[in-house]
Amino acid sequence: MSEPNRLPPTLAVEQIALGYGGPLIVESFDAAIPTGQVTAIIGPNGCGKSTLLRALSRLLKPKAGAVLLDGQDIHRLPTKEVATRLGLLPQGPRAPEGIVVSDLVRRGRYPHQRLFDQWSASDEEAVVSALDRTGIDDLRDRQLDELSGGQRQRAWIAMALAQETPLLLLDEPTTFLDIAHQMDILDLLATLNENEGRTVVMVLHDLNHACRYADHLIAMRDGTVIAEGEPEEVATASLIESVFGLPVKVIDDPVTGTPLCVPVGRSSTLAK
Amino acid sequence: MIAITPPQPTTLLALLGGIALTVIALRLSEYIPRREGSMRLSSLSILVQWRVAWLSLAAVVGVLAMMTVGLIVGDFPVSAADALRTALWDRGGEYDFVVNTLRFPRVTVAILAGFCLAASGAIFQSLIGNPLVSPDIIGINNGAAICAVFILAVGGNVSLLPIAAFVGASSTALLIYLLAWKRGVSGARLVLVGIGINAVLAAGITYIQVRFPIERIIAAARWQAGSLFGASWDDARTLAIALAFLGPAAVLLTRRLRLLQLGDEAAVGLGIRVERDRLLLIGVGSALAAVAVAVVGPLGFVALLVPHLARLLAGNISGGVLIFTGLLGGLFLLGADLIAQRLFAPTVLPAGVITGALGGPYFLFLLARHNRAL
Repeated sequence: MSEPNRLPPTLAVEQIALGYGGPLIVESFDAAIPTGQVTAIIGPNGCGKSTLLRALSRLLKPKAGAVLLDGQDIHRLPTKEVATRLGLLPQGPRAPEGIVVSDLVRRGRYPHQRLFDQWSASDEEAVVSALDRTGIDDLRDRQLDELSGGQRQRAWIAMALAQETPLLLLDEPTTFLDIAHQMDILDLLATLNENEGRTVVMVLHDLNHACRYADHLIAMRDGTVIAEGEPEEVATASLIESVFGLPVKVIDDPVTGTPLCVPVGRSSTLAK
Repeated sequence: MIAITPPQPTTLLALLGGIALTVIALRLSEYIPRREGSMRLSSLSILVQWRVAWLSLAAVVGVLAMMTVGLIVGDFPVSAADALRTALWDRGGEYDFVVNTLRFPRVTVAILAGFCLAASGAIFQSLIGNPLVSPDIIGINNGAAICAVFILAVGGNVSLLPIAAFVGASSTALLIYLLAWKRGVSGARLVLVGIGINAVLAAGITYIQVRFPIERIIAAARWQAGSLFGASWDDARTLAIALAFLGPAAVLLTRRLRLLQLGDEAAVGLGIRVERDRLLLIGVGSALAAVAVAVVGPLGFVALLVPHLARLLAGNISGGVLIFTGLLGGLFLLGADLIAQRLFAPTVLPAGVITGALGGPYFLFLLARHNRAL
């Protein structure tokens, strides 16, 4: 999908500190995103996980340290060039009234276009392929407002795919979707990762979804990384309790064998 | 006391015919398929929206037809053949003054000013993501008006009016932008600040009106209504030169406008420099409005109504849709000016009265429809 002679891109943060003018939200830490894998950033509300994703996608300039894309400071690279390597699906993006699906997906081609080269054969192929891979080929002429939440999210993912970036960042891609559509979107992302070797980084709210779909977890609390590694290493009862402040029991997911965190809460006492 | 004569039967007939033609054209437009295709020539390529191309062609035909009507119709009777002959190849002669000094520049100014206003409205509506926004609502027209009214009220040189109006409009746009700045400019904040500025400017205009002698204020009020009366070739040239720079800039910027429409975060993700491009778009949109207002006065509702209608017909903004919007704006203002001239002839109304009379109800219709959607 990207030019074959290019090395797979790497994304890393170095001694990063993040904030919005007030106190720092994320204190200094280092992290590397494993190339070609699915990484999920997890943690309680307000832990800074979305802030970290914003920094990784250059929406937020670090107060200190740097985000490195292929070893270079992401803020020193031309933003349009970054857009050919790193795609982003923000949380709750907005679309103009009455826009049709194909029009939305086409806009993902911008980083590859030039002023007088606005609709090349490769642009067209990328859009057709993105619609096809997200399974919304038959919806291409439909208005976005008419679609279900799951279909709409697929259209947005198709736009990010048309961008043809080896790195894909998503901020809570399953929020506001029902359970069937949540699975649907996560399966789609897993397929994209498996078939195309695309690096996927996403913020996920649901711990068990993260354990099931991610190869690599970054667990955060109060703006620092508490643990990082494979789900089996990170999702232990003691670690999850220290991250979320909630006692859990970890069992094997009966479907996939990955860790499944079952909150203890008050239900144990109620059951007795 | 001016007696207003009732409209002539022929005028009413022509008006009804115009309305019927418009309705038929709108109906027919539904049969134009929304097909797209690419045009490629070695490393040059472009996506052609065929529907938009056909609609634009229809608008060009409409503009040419309406221009012809504008050359023929007027207080002084000139036959169609004489009018066209005088305008096109046989300059000079018996009808030269009426056709080439009065009517031809006037229809040209109407088309160009309508183009500028509608294109400006389309930029603002798409940028802010609200069909109820236009340069007149966020105070740009009133920015031009307060300077022009002041010049007229103090009895200043009338030839300064266009410059004063332009300075007023562009400095108002700049002021709104600066006041709305808070680690970047969001669409909603820009509109709210604009509405506030608009109110302050309106109050300022009222103050000037009560403060200065009434004879001068009447001239100011006439200017404020927005009129094409006395439009000259100089005015047409001013607009044409401005449009020659601003038009291509606007069309090229729509590519980035289309991404800004997806929200700042998605736009950054796609490689847009959000604040710079938004500033450029606001600058071009304001300049288009400022130039038009400087020449024809603060004509209301063209910038609000036409882009909405164009979007309904042609779809979401693109370079092609922006051009179509401009053509439709020219057609609309030209039509409104003809109605203003002929409806109660020989009494002539300012074109702004007609654009307002058509635009006001349409605005209410939009508001009602929009509220239902919410």
